[in-house]
Amino acid sequence: MSMSNPLLALRGVNLSFAGNTVLDNVDFSVGRGVIASLIGPNGAGKTSLFNCITGFYKPQSGSIKVDDQELLGLKPHRVTQAGIARTFQNVRLFQQMTVLENVMSGSHCRSKAGAIAAILGLPSQRREEADIRAHAIECLAFVGIADEMDRDATNLAYGHQRRVEIARALATRPKLLLLDEPAAGLNAGEKADLLTLIGRIRDELGISVLLIEHDTGMVMKISERITVLDHGVVIAEGAPKEVQANPKVIEAYLGQEDGEDLL
Amino acid sequence: MAQTRSNLFNNLIAQFDTPWKRCAAFAVILALLLVAPISLGPYATVILTNALLYVVLALGLNVVVGYAGLLDLGYAAFFAVGAYTVGILTHTFGFNFWLTLPVAVGAAVVAGVVIGTPTLRLRSDYLAIVTLGFGEIVRFTARNLDITGGASGISGIQQPWLFGWHINTPFEFYYVFVVLAVIAVIVSVRLQHSRLGRAWLYVRHDEDAAEAMGIDTVRVKLAAYVIGAIFGSIGGAFFAVNLGAISPESFSFQQSVLILMAVILGGMGKIPGVILGAFIVVLAPELLRDMGEFRLLLFAVGLLLVMLFRPSGIWPARGK
Repeated sequence: MSMSNPLLALRGVNLSFAGNTVLDNVDFSVGRGVIASLIGPNGAGKTSLFNCITGFYKPQSGSIKVDDQELLGLKPHRVTQAGIARTFQNVRLFQQMTVLENVMSGSHCRSKAGAIAAILGLPSQRREEADIRAHAIECLAFVGIADEMDRDATNLAYGHQRRVEIARALATRPKLLLLDEPAAGLNAGEKADLLTLIGRIRDELGISVLLIEHDTGMVMKISERITVLDHGVVIAEGAPKEVQANPKVIEAYLGQEDGEDLL
Repeated sequence: MAQTRSNLFNNLIAQFDTPWKRCAAFAVILALLLVAPISLGPYATVILTNALLYVVLALGLNVVVGYAGLLDLGYAAFFAVGAYTVGILTHTFGFNFWLTLPVAVGAAVVAGVVIGTPTLRLRSDYLAIVTLGFGEIVRFTARNLDITGGASGISGIQQPWLFGWHINTPFEFYYVFVVLAVIAVIVSVRLQHSRLGRAWLYVRHDEDAAEAMGIDTVRVKLAAYVIGAIFGSIGGAFFAVNLGAISPESFSFQQSVLILMAVILGGMGKIPGVILGAFIVVLAPELLRDMGEFRLLLFAVGLLLVMLFRPSGIWPARGK
């Protein structure tokens, strides 16, 4: 991991809505092959930061680069093409479609057959369709739910829906995977499985992972780097141990009424 | 009561919904279509030809409304673009019909891109309004230009020759429309099971998630809109040579609504449903002809009942 040339680099990102500052001059980076976490109290701007990286929000100023390619101002689908995939805080699968069809959506930006090729049923189009299908099944097998591929995606158990979402993101062949609260709503056993899965995504697929997570126990266990955001400002960054001991971080968390426990 | 009856109906449909039975049903329907004119006579043949035209138009609009989820209230405009392109080029300039077909397709593509590019970036409600306006603009333009023949339109459009075969009787046109309808079905099926077809469904179900999966939603919606336009234009082209005369009133808002009704009535996004819808929209008023003035009223009541008891169409897409 060389910090001089990170995979994702944000410099001076400012975002505000109607005069309310959401992100204030955020500098932030994710190295290659790293599992990193973004934490902070509710309303700190974590999901907003994700939305800036993925092109859903357009920051007023700053720079967001992946592999030295500027992402700022790109539409979300171009960001995905550039190698950043995401999941959503509240699972957003395509309804009335099977698990397999859901995951096949991830291959769209890595394939090219158009209407004419499909109408004529050209050999190249048939081959591409078979590849898309095979790749989707591979991704489903990787997250461990290939046997459910023909089921209606929204009829799956919640934990499995989350895995479909991860498989769908993996199908876009990303360099960096952004997971927005992947453990929310999961039980202890499912959380343990998720930890293993995130580890395997990095180790076996070589994909860097950045997650937003409220389960701090999980964050401390899995992350190599942690960035703490509070009121749109980065207040700490470093290894779990350093962040844990940082007085600013303790204050940010203690100052909160619902008192999420960091330690 | 209504619930059990509805379940019964669903079970009945499910019986026909296995791949083999579907192929068998398709073959039977095709065979029936081929022998229909011989046993039914010229009047019924003309009506069935009209139904087949509506199958083509409804399948085209189904790409826009059923697959991509874009509400198009001015679809008759593309129907008009095809009809007038062929009418003007063959009648006024004396071109061969088959040479004007690609021009009609090109004109539809241009019209689709010009209308679609700015509006498809907006929410789909705006598209409904813009397409409604576009439909009326095309009709008024046709009514007021000299080249389109004004309010009386263009008449005396030459019927086409195909390799020495002069297509000029209602029976011959009927078979031409059978071929067109079959092509429209095949194209629809192929598109539905393609990368683009899936992208339409992704965009319809969750536009943000589709964007996040790397799908250029504007481009995908534009593709649906333009493909729908091409279907409409080809339908219009054959409509023009079949009738030999076209006038602005053939392309009214009511026409757009009727085609949309065929799509919604049968079941948006489901090909057999849309075909069924097209036949109902054309045949129901004919079958109710004995009722005289009441036929449109009965037809309207029937439509309301369908919407009340089967809101996703008579033969809806999978799931409910």
